[in-house]
Amino acid sequence: MNAVMARLIGARVAVCVLSLLIVSGLVFIATSLLPGDVTQEILGQSATPEAVEGLRRALNLDRPAPVRYLEWLGGLLTGDPGISLVNRLPVAEMIASRLPNSLLLAGMAAAFCVPAALFLGITSAIWRGSAYDRVVNTATVTTVSVPEFLVATLAVLIFAVHLRWLPAMSYASKIESVGQLLRSFALPVATLSCVVMAQMTRMTRAALLTVLDTPYIEMAVLKGARPMRVVLLHALPNAVGPIANAVAFSLSYLVGGAIIVEIIFSYPGIARLMVDAVATRDMPLVQACAMIFSAAYLVLVLVADLCAILSNPRLRYR
Amino acid sequence: MDAVVDVRGLCVSTRDEQGADRLIVKEAEFAVSRNAVLALIGESGSGKTTIAMALMGYARPGCRIAAGSVRVGGTDVLALPPRALADFRGKRVTYIPQSAAAAFNPSRRIMAQVVEGASIHGLMPRAAAEAKAVELFRALSLPEPGSIGRRFPHQVSGGQLQRLMAAMALLSDPELVILDEPTTALDVTTQIEVLRAFKKVVRERGTTAIYVSHDLAVVAQVADRIVVLRDGEIQEQGATDRILVAPQHAYTSSLLQAADPTLRSFRQADRRGDPGPPLLEARDLVAGYGPAGADGRPAAPVLTGISLAIRRGSVLGVVGESGCGKSTLARVVAGLLPAARGRLTLDGEALAPGAASRTRDQLRRIQIVFQTADTALNPARTVARILGRPLDLYHGMAADRRRRRVRELLDMVRLPRHLAERYPDELSGGQKQRVNLARALAAEPDLILCDEVTSSLDTVVGAAVLELLDELRRELGVAYMFISHDLSTVRAICDEVMILYAGRKVESGPRQTMSMRPLHPYTDLLIASVPELRMGWLESVRPAVGEGPGKPRYADAACAFYGRCGLRLEGTCDRRAPETQRLAKGAEILCHRAEQELLAGQAERSRTISAPVTVT
Repeated sequence: MNAVMARLIGARVAVCVLSLLIVSGLVFIATSLLPGDVTQEILGQSATPEAVEGLRRALNLDRPAPVRYLEWLGGLLTGDPGISLVNRLPVAEMIASRLPNSLLLAGMAAAFCVPAALFLGITSAIWRGSAYDRVVNTATVTTVSVPEFLVATLAVLIFAVHLRWLPAMSYASKIESVGQLLRSFALPVATLSCVVMAQMTRMTRAALLTVLDTPYIEMAVLKGARPMRVVLLHALPNAVGPIANAVAFSLSYLVGGAIIVEIIFSYPGIARLMVDAVATRDMPLVQACAMIFSAAYLVLVLVADLCAILSNPRLRYR
Repeated sequence: MDAVVDVRGLCVSTRDEQGADRLIVKEAEFAVSRNAVLALIGESGSGKTTIAMALMGYARPGCRIAAGSVRVGGTDVLALPPRALADFRGKRVTYIPQSAAAAFNPSRRIMAQVVEGASIHGLMPRAAAEAKAVELFRALSLPEPGSIGRRFPHQVSGGQLQRLMAAMALLSDPELVILDEPTTALDVTTQIEVLRAFKKVVRERGTTAIYVSHDLAVVAQVADRIVVLRDGEIQEQGATDRILVAPQHAYTSSLLQAADPTLRSFRQADRRGDPGPPLLEARDLVAGYGPAGADGRPAAPVLTGISLAIRRGSVLGVVGESGCGKSTLARVVAGLLPAARGRLTLDGEALAPGAASRTRDQLRRIQIVFQTADTALNPARTVARILGRPLDLYHGMAADRRRRRVRELLDMVRLPRHLAERYPDELSGGQKQRVNLARALAAEPDLILCDEVTSSLDTVVGAAVLELLDELRRELGVAYMFISHDLSTVRAICDEVMILYAGRKVESGPRQTMSMRPLHPYTDLLIASVPELRMGWLESVRPAVGEGPGKPRYADAACAFYGRCGLRLEGTCDRRAPETQRLAKGAEILCHRAEQELLAGQAERSRTISAPVTVT
């Protein structure tokens, strides 16, 4: 580690923190712009204006927006994202009960997708132009083009309803054995993989192909290196940056973008929590969920950036 | 039979988009005997690299070895199955590519790459391989042979990488080494060191080698036999001295002629120039990158104290090795990189440092032609649109007149008119460079900045472009600033020459002074390093002093050339910056040494400086 790298990494982290701050502002503004009002959701259509006004005051919604933003931001920084407006439970508690489920689903999907996508991407790059490469390419384009609700619905219809091989619903809480875990997660993970893997496979292939076209790869071949050695020892270390970026983008989708999957499989994750919160105009909960998604995304991209910086010998050794 | 290499009826084909096969190497036949060096010579597209690679049983993606046989040391290379081929490559035949800088893997240490071949083939234990590598580093006169292997490729200079590549190729004691344009990407002063190192090692080890090059003068130094190639066909082959002195094929003669710019007769007569004020004048230009300091100097200065004058219709040549700031000078004059300090005037009128604050007419009068026409021309535009843009911008021409003018411009640069509707990708390198030039001419400029316009072209094509430049100068009275690393080209076509070293003007004067002693020590080194088209030239040149090109370590307080100077004065040149002095021959140099001392020092050198170009 040298001064240049420390500066680069420091700058990346600082940008990340700044982005998160800007995102918090945007999230706050966006949720304020949402039509509808939590008081009307709670009190119903027939509420009198006085009752609405009273409730607004009771929930601190009558204060000016900048004041509420700063209070909320202060709360976030001290680890307290506020109280749910709907059921008066602390938001932190509600999220704590759901976040592990989401992370488990994302983790299982990632554990399957990343190695599989890297394998497909690398092998199709090695056998560029072969029948195998064309099959992988066509399959990835096809799966990425089919909307995930269709994949999920079809999967439920076939595997759960008709064949009865797998459960249609997934409850993370009722799991006792590994076999059960796999059975229960098979369908949602498969659906998520369809979307995420295609992207990663294609990006990995593209990144590797760029490197495989360089003179130093030709040189390695002319030195008598076998194809495996050429790819793993010569090409891959130079493709770490772009591949890490592709993986980060895809994984960030797993954290925040699993809404449809969570809903179709009635999975008690954080994305569903957020959808429900939007329906009831429970702003503190919506904001907290949005911040978690943003933070996860930024952290993933930051990690990918760090991978790219650390894998570059021009920066490591000056 | 002692032929190490025996090639018979070799054909290599490519497949185009329509799926039709086209032969790029046709029926090549030649043999190389043990301990001999054979040169494959030809211009780009002649198939010389393709043949060299076929000797290793390798064809680039899209190419296919279609027919013929290649025997290396008795093995039929083309019949080897993939696994046996991998065992063969890097062990019995090794390869030194054109650009070592690109052929070294940026993410692995040099030593790991140098010994990789030996370890893949299990030739020797790692420690023994490393010891042998260090020994080769020493034989190739690399600095710090013991520790250079621990560095990464980006930490080493281009000339050193090229020698490291040679060490890599020689490590496994191969039966055959293929050198593919190994010095083409290097400066002449570096090239001579690398050539010397190659030749010494090849001779000491009795290596059989194939040397691929487009440069006859370089080949004359290293090869025993020459094979001349054109469009994939062998034109003639024979012993080096025979080919150089008595070429039988017309194409070989044309190559020989193009290789020597002094043989071309550029007309010198009407170079009186305009007696009035200079067209372009620069005073004490300082330019560079990074924020300017308190004294107005940029954090990373590239040019320091450059003054120059170009008269209307004359040619100023700017010469120096890569990194000396010659391209930066063009960018400063064009306003692409605003000068930090100094003054620029065009026809006596002050020019703003940045292009954005110059008037449109000033912009029109100075045009720039970039080195690589490939990247300077928009691939999505037809030639007519590329040429039409400046016509519209500077002259506001209507579509009809514009079409006519485009045709005139194409005539001017000797391109057929029907090329107007083509895209740059459909043109050859030379044609693209002519379009590039026509684009500059479209503005009807007074001054064209030519930045290495012939460097990426073949010798014959480049010579034709130079002739075109000379004609245009005479017909249109346009002036050029001709930037090049090639002193012989510059001497042939320029009126005034300026030598840059490390961003400073070390010598300047009329072109004939560049072949008169005394010279600035750097000019002297530069001239001595230009390969001559005769055998034995390499041996006749005195080895240079010092560490070779690179960042001058004495940049600020001392003479920038101190580290490489053969006539340096200890205690003076490393302490104080030299001042400009005028020499009797009519040139100015930046040196501490007095004229007589320089003259005495340079008279020692036995070889004669080539005579000035004959005036016709």
